Amino acid sequence: MQAAIQSRRRPPWTVLAVGGELDAVGAPALRQAVVAAVSTGGTSLILDLTGVDFIDSFGVGAVVGALKRVRQRGGELALVCPAPRVRRVFELCDLDRILTLHDSLDAVGAPDAAHSADARL
Amino acid sequence: MTADTLPPACSTPSRVLIEIPARTEFVSFVRAVLTGAAEAETGMELERLEDLRVAVSEATTNAVEAHLHAGSSQRIRVESSLADDEVVVVVHDSGPGFDPEDLPELPPPESPERLLHESGLGIPLMRMLADESEIRSGAGGTDVRLVVYSSARRSRK
Repeated sequence: MQAAIQSRRRPPWTVLAVGGELDAVGAPALRQAVVAAVSTGGTSLILDLTGVDFIDSFGVGAVVGALKRVRQRGGELALVCPAPRVRRVFELCDLDRILTLHDSLDAVGAPDAAHSADARL
Repeated sequence: MTADTLPPACSTPSRVLIEIPARTEFVSFVRAVLTGAAEAETGMELERLEDLRVAVSEATTNAVEAHLHAGSSQRIRVESSLADDEVVVVVHDSGPGFDPEDLPELPPPESPERLLHESGLGIPLMRMLADESEIRSGAGGTDVRLVVYSSARRSRK
């Protein structure tokens, strides 16, 4: 099954709602959606992974790529990741140390400009 | 594409054999069959089923990529033995092989350099999720053997 991605604005964020499986088949769709969002000015992204049924290292790699792209532009990345099975994969990869995993979209506040300026590549 | 489940004979493990074309689109099929078989045939806890699902995905995708890189049209063979207390999975590919001790090390998460690496997490993740893992690679290809215990209570490595 492919991943399905819907994009919408929630200023100043761009929200990418991801559904399906983020594996070697689904991850490229996320990568393309991130490139498209960033190229149209969405420098702060929320990846809403609530609808993700499965994630492996390919999905994690696409999220790392998203983090790189937004930070290059001084933006920020927030992850919404309520499912323990999805959260666990990020934790095992130690990426919860550099990404905040939110339980819901409502839990994501305003982008932290100071943080993203510090972390700029 | 074949998936044969031999009937279990009382306490002997059930065996599942799957052969897939070397295409990433078939990896989700392998995940679904093995996780479904483990759920039906063993007393595996829910969290361990998820560990099995991800570990199998990494091993099978690796095998598919080995064939794709080598331009091989041969199929990938996945064998599984399902006992009540553990599931053993062996993924065999006939790709060129690699040295499992010679994998590039990823920078620590906090390092800006870490963001330049979007791949390389598969094998470490597979090793963390499986209770036992062994990679045997040679001229004839690679066998990845994974064991996932049914219960988290059984001692982890």
